[in-house]
Amino acid sequence: MPSNEEEIYQEHILDHYEDPYHRGRCEHCTHCHEDENPLCGDHVRMELHINDGGNLREVYFDGDGCCISQAASSMLVEKFDGKTVEEVKQFSADDMLRLFGAKLTPNRQKCCLLPWRVLQAAIYSPVHRGRPAGAGDPSKKPS
Amino acid sequence: MTAPVRLRTLDPHAYRPDFPILSKRVHGDVPLAYLDNAASTQRPRQVIQAIVEAYEEHYANVHRGIHTLAEESTALFEGAREKVRSLIHAPTVEQVIFTHGATAAINLVARSWGDSNLHEGDGVLVTEMEHHANLVPWHQLAERTGAKIQFIPVTDDGLLDLDKLDALLTERPRLVAVTAVSNVLGTINPLAEIIPRAHAAGALVLVDGAQSVPHQVTDAAAMDADFLVFSGHKMMGPSGVGVLYGKRELLESMPPFLGGGSMIRRVWIDSFTPADLPYKFEAGTPPIVPAIGLGAAIDYLNDVGLEAVHEHERRLTQRAHELLSEIDGVRILGPRPDQKAGIVSFWMGRIHAHDIAQRLDRRGIAVRPGHHCAMPLHKRFDVSATARASFYLYNTFEEVERLGEAVAECKHFFQRRR
Repeated sequence: MPSNEEEIYQEHILDHYEDPYHRGRCEHCTHCHEDENPLCGDHVRMELHINDGGNLREVYFDGDGCCISQAASSMLVEKFDGKTVEEVKQFSADDMLRLFGAKLTPNRQKCCLLPWRVLQAAIYSPVHRGRPAGAGDPSKKPS
Repeated sequence: MTAPVRLRTLDPHAYRPDFPILSKRVHGDVPLAYLDNAASTQRPRQVIQAIVEAYEEHYANVHRGIHTLAEESTALFEGAREKVRSLIHAPTVEQVIFTHGATAAINLVARSWGDSNLHEGDGVLVTEMEHHANLVPWHQLAERTGAKIQFIPVTDDGLLDLDKLDALLTERPRLVAVTAVSNVLGTINPLAEIIPRAHAAGALVLVDGAQSVPHQVTDAAAMDADFLVFSGHKMMGPSGVGVLYGKRELLESMPPFLGGGSMIRRVWIDSFTPADLPYKFEAGTPPIVPAIGLGAAIDYLNDVGLEAVHEHERRLTQRAHELLSEIDGVRILGPRPDQKAGIVSFWMGRIHAHDIAQRLDRRGIAVRPGHHCAMPLHKRFDVSATARASFYLYNTFEEVERLGEAVAECKHFFQRRR
């Protein structure tokens, strides 16, 4: 069997998967985005409360998918809860893979980078008239 | 009274030494169990050798040359076409068109036959279990022509709901596009019932044989399909070659799809006349060596015998159903084993298919997670992804046992944390 550092399903990853940080809705959501990994159907939605000073007052996610995509979402939300928009912009894809920790094959890196992609888009996606903007429900047929 | 036909039992261990890749070990020293054959199969030395020989001894472009290599290459390429004809029992060799795959073949029909025959309001009847390759080309045709897409629904058991077929056929669709075997459910569709009913309603029938031609006997003429498509790489041949079979009068009436070299009889500066079949639909340099490799794969398949292949896969599927059904929480998509081919797709509640496939990979077992290019079908069953094990002639009962053990371990791994 593979050695520990190669093991994707490390305890802290499974902990995030089983008991995620801030999975749910953001009460005072100002920014929101959702997207999916078209190859495997992982789905992640991010809801943010960004104040006038550019601080992420609250960050929540919701979604459906594999252990990697959901645990990565939880880690990312935990990291940026209370941080700034500027810090999100500085956070690269490589940073995301490092945050996740376990070594991933290219196909599974896509699962890990999905929440990162969604967060990067969410900071540019203000919610209008109390109705979340976002990409809409990807399971619905586009009109 | 005739004695029941005893099918020859296939011994996969007799064939495995022909497939070098099957003895590979992964993740250190774990033996590979390759159960991803519905995506693509492996190829035996005989096919690999035919490819090497073609390049080392016979290769040149086909048809136009006069020199020795051009003659040899052409003879091998056209020999492969005859092997395909014989495999699918096509009446003539001109009805076998080499494409770049099953997808390319369906797109050829949609562009050539579809664009010149369909008009606004005309119907194309598909099924809810089609691969995207047999859906999206028809969506695109509908966008171009204003044709409308309707579908035969799938029952909870994973069968086509043929009770709905008569009502759908009263709309007089121009084409019924149906898969012979579902790449997710494994369902073997009753083409002998569907095709005559479609014809009686005035529709043509395109059969997607990607999952059937490699695994069971196909008789295109007897089944009376108007079009039949399949791919080389799912039957031990190389990727990059596929086949379109069509009824002769249909193919002759259809305009060429791609334009270029080979597909012409004469060209003037401002016009052209097309070549005869099959070259009319083979513009540009064809997949020469992939077709030769496919011919070698057909030789191999004929030596093993397609009846024996089908029976072997049926038994493996039966065993996989037994083992997976014993694991609490595992649900298998699709019908009973006696109604299906060697494809077993399953899901395990909230354990995502990617996590199943990842755990299985660490035990050397290659299965495929995802929607398998059949998103509407997964939506129908309200699952985002399944894990799919699919068999071929070289798979063993030991591998199926390993699959069962690994799935049970996977369930235990994710469950112990709750």
